[in-house]
Amino acid sequence: MKKPFAITLDPGSSLANHTGSWRTVRPVYVDRLPPCNDACPSGENIQGWLFHAESGDYEKAWRLLTEANPLPACMGRVCYHPCETACNRAQLDECVGVNAIERFIGDEALKHGWKFTPPAKSTGMRVLVVGAGPSGLSAAYQLARVGHTVTVREAGPLAGGMMRFGIPKYRLPRAVLDAEIARIAALGVSIELNAKVDDVLAAKRDGHYDAVFLAVGAHIAKRAYLPAGSAGRMLDAVEVLRSMEGEDRPLLGRRVVVYGGGNTALDVARTAKRLGAEESVIVYRRTREKMPAHDAELEEALQEGVLVKWLSTIREAGESSITVEKMTLDDKGMAQPTGEFETLAADSVVLALGQDVDLSLLDGVPGLEIDGGVVKVDANMMTGHPGIFAGGDMVPGERTVTVGIGHGKLAARNIDAWLRGETWTHPQRHEIASFDKLNTWYYSDAPKAQRPVLDMVRRQSTFEEVVGGFDPATAQFEARRCLSCGNCFECDNCYGVCPDNAVIKLGAGNRYAFNYDYCKGCGLCVSECPCGAIRTQPEEI
Amino acid sequence: MSYQPIRFYQTGTFTVGNRLLPEAQRSVQSGRERTNSLNSGHRACQGCGEALGARYAIDAAMAATNRQLVAANATGCLEVFSTPYPETSWQIPWIHSLFGNAAAVGTGIAAALRVQGKRDVRVVAQGGDGGTTDIGFGCLSGMFERNDDVLYICYDNEAYMNTGVQRSSATPPAARTNTTMPVGESTGARFGQGKNLPLIAMAHEIPYVATATVAELRDLEAKVRRAMEFRGARYIHVLVPCPLGWGHGSAETIKMARLAQETALFPVFEAEHGEVTNVSKIRRQLPVENYLKPQTRFAHLFKPPGHADLVARIQALADRNVQRFGLVGDAEDAQ
Repeated sequence: MKKPFAITLDPGSSLANHTGSWRTVRPVYVDRLPPCNDACPSGENIQGWLFHAESGDYEKAWRLLTEANPLPACMGRVCYHPCETACNRAQLDECVGVNAIERFIGDEALKHGWKFTPPAKSTGMRVLVVGAGPSGLSAAYQLARVGHTVTVREAGPLAGGMMRFGIPKYRLPRAVLDAEIARIAALGVSIELNAKVDDVLAAKRDGHYDAVFLAVGAHIAKRAYLPAGSAGRMLDAVEVLRSMEGEDRPLLGRRVVVYGGGNTALDVARTAKRLGAEESVIVYRRTREKMPAHDAELEEALQEGVLVKWLSTIREAGESSITVEKMTLDDKGMAQPTGEFETLAADSVVLALGQDVDLSLLDGVPGLEIDGGVVKVDANMMTGHPGIFAGGDMVPGERTVTVGIGHGKLAARNIDAWLRGETWTHPQRHEIASFDKLNTWYYSDAPKAQRPVLDMVRRQSTFEEVVGGFDPATAQFEARRCLSCGNCFECDNCYGVCPDNAVIKLGAGNRYAFNYDYCKGCGLCVSECPCGAIRTQPEEI
Repeated sequence: MSYQPIRFYQTGTFTVGNRLLPEAQRSVQSGRERTNSLNSGHRACQGCGEALGARYAIDAAMAATNRQLVAANATGCLEVFSTPYPETSWQIPWIHSLFGNAAAVGTGIAAALRVQGKRDVRVVAQGGDGGTTDIGFGCLSGMFERNDDVLYICYDNEAYMNTGVQRSSATPPAARTNTTMPVGESTGARFGQGKNLPLIAMAHEIPYVATATVAELRDLEAKVRRAMEFRGARYIHVLVPCPLGWGHGSAETIKMARLAQETALFPVFEAEHGEVTNVSKIRRQLPVENYLKPQTRFAHLFKPPGHADLVARIQALADRNVQRFGLVGDAEDAQ
């Protein structure tokens, strides 16, 4: 080829120059574990379902959510949302309102009648679940999804466990609970009511079950010895809350004293207020900081006019009054008596001092161990008796609906593996996407959306739901506040900021890939990734 | 702000793209169909701000002109690293002549296109700060004065980086370069020297002048697009940090540009016919130390016993920018 003067080479593209050879470190895409997912006792992929909610695909969000939790409309109301406590966004402005979005998605599912996908085929294995509370329902759902035949036996007249007989209606409307339970039943789970299991081994044998999951909960109220001068009304919290489900409402009188500092105490005090009590007083031996109840719920109770007598114990209960002793906290934070007494008017005293497990059905089960009133289970949720698993309030752990659902899911995974002669192992957990891994410059400033709250008069006089739900626009706004910690949300930053055009955009839903032929390893993509989904690793030289 | 910001889409307008946005609202850089005017394989250093800024700007210009674009390039890093004979990284018609005449070459191309009646083909001339503020200044001022139909883009990395970091008239005071070493009495580049080319360009009363940084892509793209709506001389001054010359990590290029803006040392604004029409408000204002400390070219200011007085003078420069351009405050579009 004839070339111009002084030109000896053909022109070429710089693509011939593979600048990737300069690199000493390489960027790699990773999925880190978002703090919300890490904190969720039910093991929900929160960041994952929020991703779908952000684009308004609530059904996809719901399908991903319900892989871990079949009761999102309930959980979106009653969960104490440890995810929000862990949320990285709290360090930026305020946490993402995961709980409220979960409720919105749960309600959408009920509104549109979305159903669970039935299993492709039956395994022919039979599993008995004892107890239709959150843990039992969760396990039954997970087992049914993989094709096992599941029967739930419930001692009570209705399914739901503590969600029905412990949590008042103003926090969890029964229509919502019923609809979510019905959806599990529609998956093929048979729920037998008023069918108490008295002897678990007999029930297993007679029903030809291959495995059993125990989740009977903790329904027996703990007692405290209180000298009762005369026959004043003394009730226990579980009994009060349970009777709220029946025809006859409990008679508590005008002045109600609730003894205890847990969430149940608050539930009773708030219920008493709604039943017309002029005074609803909680007597608790320690201080607000030490109270086991969740602060948000205490705040709601105080708003409704519930009073709390801090640092106090009940010494004596009389006909229409009680004697309270003032306490003081010692160095270790334990309550110590002071010898100072006070009299409070009280028409009834409700004890909310915690609950014990009814373990009578476990008598004579070989290998099964009980420790401190609860059933011992191994890391795979199995009791000492092979094939009998347990979870929820009857095993050690925090007693919340969320933990119960998590136990049910975990037990189901293990039961499924055990039935196949295998042992389930937890998948490798990714590294936590902590706040320092994020580049928060890129997120828009957006304050947390607040849920509507019922007006005070109705809160004090009716059992209408106190906290309302999001409208669609608010739900989407709130979902979009998610930082997507540790997981690519396709913001195109890496694709844009690479000075070497060495990031390949694979198209919607497919994320990106590095072109290591040209990537010089500068690390710009790593530092400008908002969500910490790129890591550098040394190049092998 | 030079564009309508997007609210409440998780990242708003801050990220390059956003899967939640309609295609029409996305940046040029987020699209797979972007021209990659400056393609892979160029020999710029790791984390080069200029390579990034040039692709951002020229891709935007290509998109704005329906890919009818010719570029003239001054000598400098951008020219050297992109076109070592016989290779080129440019995927557009591109001409290099001399260090000081990019503006004049641009003028010539525009004149030739006018003669040929090719109104739709637009011209960009580009160079670094040396080729713009020093060596090519005469040609550039002439181009402005004649109001030739050229968009001149200056990629400002604040010194002659290609030849080994020598001071230019865009080097900031107190910065260490190889010709302003902080030895003996010297404390780096002198205060009271240097040129502010965007203001000089405005003094020519040309149709359009803007400043931008590689830290704010949307703004940069909007300014290139806006510039292409005018006929006549236009000038865009883009701050492009240089890991080599500034002495920061290669991964911190965009962060440095962001800090320059957030500390008010580099005011981001646009002006039409000599009047400022738009100012990017500072989102989270920071003291100048945050910008100076990560750069080794300012390390001597902080080495014990330190030069608190000089840092204070630099802060005073930033404060003056805040006053002069109104960089702080509640813009209705400040997010």
